Amino acid sequence: MDKILVGLKRVVDYNVRVRVKSDGSGVETDGVKMSINPFDEIALEEALRIKERGDANEVIVVSIGSSDAQQQLRTGLAMGADRAILVEADVDTDAISRARALLEIVNRENPGLVILGKQAIDDDNSQTGQMLAALWGRPQATFASAVELNGDTARVIREVDVGLETIDIDLPAVITCDLRLNEPRYVKLPDIMKAKKKPLDQIPMAELNIAASPQLTATSYEPPEQRQKGVMVDDVAGLIAALKDKGLL
Amino acid sequence: MSKILVIAEHDGQTLNPSTAKTVACAADINGATIDVVVFAESAAEVAAQAAKLDSVDRVVTIENPANAKALAAVIAPQAVALAANYSHVFGPSSTFGKDLMPRIAALLGVNQISDIMSVVSSHSFQRPIYAGNVVLTVEAPADHPVVATVRTASYRSVDSNNSASIEAAVCDAVIPTHTRYVELKAGSSDRPDLQTAAKVISGGRALASSENFELIYALADKMGAGVGASRAAVDAGYVPNEMQVGQTGKIIAPDLYVAIGISGAIQHLTGIKDAGTIVAINKDAEAPIFEVADIGLVGDLFSVVPELTNSLE
Repeated sequence: MDKILVGLKRVVDYNVRVRVKSDGSGVETDGVKMSINPFDEIALEEALRIKERGDANEVIVVSIGSSDAQQQLRTGLAMGADRAILVEADVDTDAISRARALLEIVNRENPGLVILGKQAIDDDNSQTGQMLAALWGRPQATFASAVELNGDTARVIREVDVGLETIDIDLPAVITCDLRLNEPRYVKLPDIMKAKKKPLDQIPMAELNIAASPQLTATSYEPPEQRQKGVMVDDVAGLIAALKDKGLL
Repeated sequence: MSKILVIAEHDGQTLNPSTAKTVACAADINGATIDVVVFAESAAEVAAQAAKLDSVDRVVTIENPANAKALAAVIAPQAVALAANYSHVFGPSSTFGKDLMPRIAALLGVNQISDIMSVVSSHSFQRPIYAGNVVLTVEAPADHPVVATVRTASYRSVDSNNSASIEAAVCDAVIPTHTRYVELKAGSSDRPDLQTAAKVISGGRALASSENFELIYALADKMGAGVGASRAAVDAGYVPNEMQVGQTGKIIAPDLYVAIGISGAIQHLTGIKDAGTIVAINKDAEAPIFEVADIGLVGDLFSVVPELTNSLE
């Protein structure tokens, strides 16, 4: 295939303990470390491996968000993507608008494959890939743990609740990655320098003429209920007694 | 008034318990009528089970050879054709529902509400974000269908004392052939299913090898428990992927959860926070798992676990 499109979302880093703002209006993101959504890194790694095997010519990374997302796109370019597209949106975009924006990019670039993470670790939605596939009228292979390309089709092993499901899909298609599809490479310093010279196009979201969608309104953000700290027991006998006390043994 | 369509999850013979939990969530919406739709090649067996679920008003069956396996691309256009008669379309937040429901939402031109953990009103719901660190309340517009997945760990299955009517329906959606089922390799285990087991024993990285996981299996078998694992244990290759409990694995709510050699990363804790009783066994007294454990035991799992197993009849 010619091109693979990979989505990179800028999210609060995996290791940050997220807190609700004191007025409940959102989540504290000021001064917090931001990173590429870990599942999207896996998506990019998969695309790069496909290209390195000679099964694709170009890997394009795309992000939808504020101009700050250029950092994550540059990281993607340093990992090995050929060029980047930032769809610039001032406000948080909802999932279906993101899918519609991606579809516009798909229509411009005509990729043979779109690879995304299975979910973003901020909103934990797990929607964008499926929505893009639906709007595009193409197959989706979600939660992929192995991808094998066979010309016009792909065989994908999916991580489902009971085990591993294999499906065949016609290309072009959307694949969303699960954790163990691959281990993303580390970025090396010379690649960071090289990435600065790679093209990064910025397209204002408004230019894509995306239809307005019925919005979900966030009405409150709250910390979850905390579990009460329990009791400590000294030994196995104490543990068994405590479990019997609760009627669990 | 809310008319809710619940999409049944099943394997062709047996209704998945996730459906009874999704119905439980739908039943939390005041005055709702609830229909369950079964997409199948032959639906009778599954439909009969769905008809027994309390709160269900009607079971609708859509039989088609294309529905022999649950492929999102195949089911979505049929569900969309049905959705015109409903205010809400719900599915479980299992891999089945997570795969399917956003595809339905997109075809209906709406956003999806993922992982409902509680119903505020017919169009307002609570859901976890940031690995459960934040509870978000969202309101859906009243003039559009609400498409949602239900966080099954937040709900208890409705009882099965009902006898709802079963009606066959046809739907004239165009069914794509671009997605084809090949095979399913289910984890072979005689132990209780991780997602529905009343008791779950999980092991972490401290087990240090897949051989040592036998300690966990032996204890689980003594207690009649399902077995899970932390991401670290799965990443290390000690156990298969489907055993992972946490943000990116399975979200479970057993009556008893025993975490052995698991430090308790936030991503793991989000998978167990609805457990009835959490027991932690860890040699590190500072491990975060003790912050959420109801019963904690600081000790070396390699001596504690065999002793515990041997102490149980």
